[in-house]
Amino acid sequence: MREISVQHISDAVRELAIQACCILPQDVYAALAKSQESEPSPVGKSILKQIVKNADIARTDAVPMCQDTGITIIFAEVGQDVHIVGGSFEEAVNDGVRRGYSEGYLRKSMVAEPLFDRVNTKDNTPAMLHTRLVPGQHVRLRLAPKGAGSENKSMLKMLIPADGIEGVRKVVLEAVLAAGPNSCPPLVVGVGLGGSMEMAALCAKKAASRDLASSNPDPRYAAFEEELLELINKTGIGPQGLGGATTALKVHVEFCPTHIASLPVAVNINCHAARHAEILL
Amino acid sequence: MSEIKKIRAPFDEATARGLQAGQCVLISGTIIAARDAAHKKMIEALDKGQALPVDLHGAVIYYVGPSPSKPGFVIGSAGPTTAGRMDAYAPRLIREAGLRGMIGKGYRKPEVVAAMQEYGVPYLAAVGGAGALIARCIKKYTVLAYAELGAEALAAMEVEDFPAIVVIDSKGNNYYEMGQAAYRQLA
Ligand code: SF4
Repeated sequence: MREISVQHISDAVRELAIQACCILPQDVYAALAKSQESEPSPVGKSILKQIVKNADIARTDAVPMCQDTGITIIFAEVGQDVHIVGGSFEEAVNDGVRRGYSEGYLRKSMVAEPLFDRVNTKDNTPAMLHTRLVPGQHVRLRLAPKGAGSENKSMLKMLIPADGIEGVRKVVLEAVLAAGPNSCPPLVVGVGLGGSMEMAALCAKKAASRDLASSNPDPRYAAFEEELLELINKTGIGPQGLGGATTALKVHVEFCPTHIASLPVAVNINCHAARHAEILL
Repeated sequence: MSEIKKIRAPFDEATARGLQAGQCVLISGTIIAARDAAHKKMIEALDKGQALPVDLHGAVIYYVGPSPSKPGFVIGSAGPTTAGRMDAYAPRLIREAGLRGMIGKGYRKPEVVAAMQEYGVPYLAAVGGAGALIARCIKKYTVLAYAELGAEALAAMEVEDFPAIVVIDSKGNNYYEMGQAAYRQLA
């Protein structure tokens, strides 16, 4: 049994929040830099150049690359041989978010309740925390802030098995077309297939925050990721929706076992500010 | 790309009508920062027959809600927000208050484009998510009204070479449509 203090967890979350918002991950940076060369549209090229320069400025000035520092999504894997001491795990995570967003000068964009008063919680809490219990004695935290411009264009459809691959293609394309310029393309598109309704959405979210250098370990799904990317880049939407061949940098597909009569498809749209930061405690 | 044109804000009529869809511009001068809540308040004032807290004749509104500024900085990250959320308000600000230009990101509704054509108003896009780069073009930030709205307050921004792209010009030409059509390969 290994002990990890809530203070340690809170400090880690604080750091991750600031890091994720101000430093574009290397995998995303590399994909953007590469897309500059292949983009045929002159306007598109100049936009991609601005986006890369923006990432450089954000890193140098230690300021957020985008003012929408998002809803704070956190994937936590807690080893079952870890004993968390000194308080509550969830409170520690939220305390880290609170300190990270205030001490890091990040924008606070959370309202406490969605329908009636919509009062801002003023510290960006609570985080959207997805915790899994795993073997081992470590805690892995992956933090992915998500802006509304892209989150709002995400989509979930409960297809049936007969809809098949063609049905999935259609849903993905529909989501990307609906996102258009509003989600700040070039996009990173996360697709979650199978499971139950909420599991498909979770798969899509994981897919959208996966490293851009990765592909699905199943070669059939890896090929499907490539095919979807090609399809999306034929829409012509391009950087910021002003036309071009770089509508998405990457498509990631994650899947889950599902019911004999179901084919859930969730599409989580991520923008070029595909922020994520991770730590292993 | 066509040559980058330098323009000044507020816009005079000739500047506003002279901008063409697809043109890249650098804006210097003063623009007005406002988003959802400030728009709602301005429309409420118009409904009550009250004067707006700022004169919008010739003004260019930038749809933005910056992140907090660090000590020593003029402003935090300050990229554009989705313009579509202001579609319900924009036509009235154009018709009744003399608004001359808008900067944001994303599609606009036909009602907005109709008002733009009628009054000679262009809509420009700033690069969404380029908030740190845009912040460097903002030299001064002064809250003008609705201070209680925090980051959503109505404010004046003094800008220098603020990069933007004309998306919908005063004749209704739409560069989202034109640019995308040029690269679309789907049947
Ligand atoms: S969609 Fe992404 S890049 Fe665009 S404003 Fe929102 S968070 Fe920023």
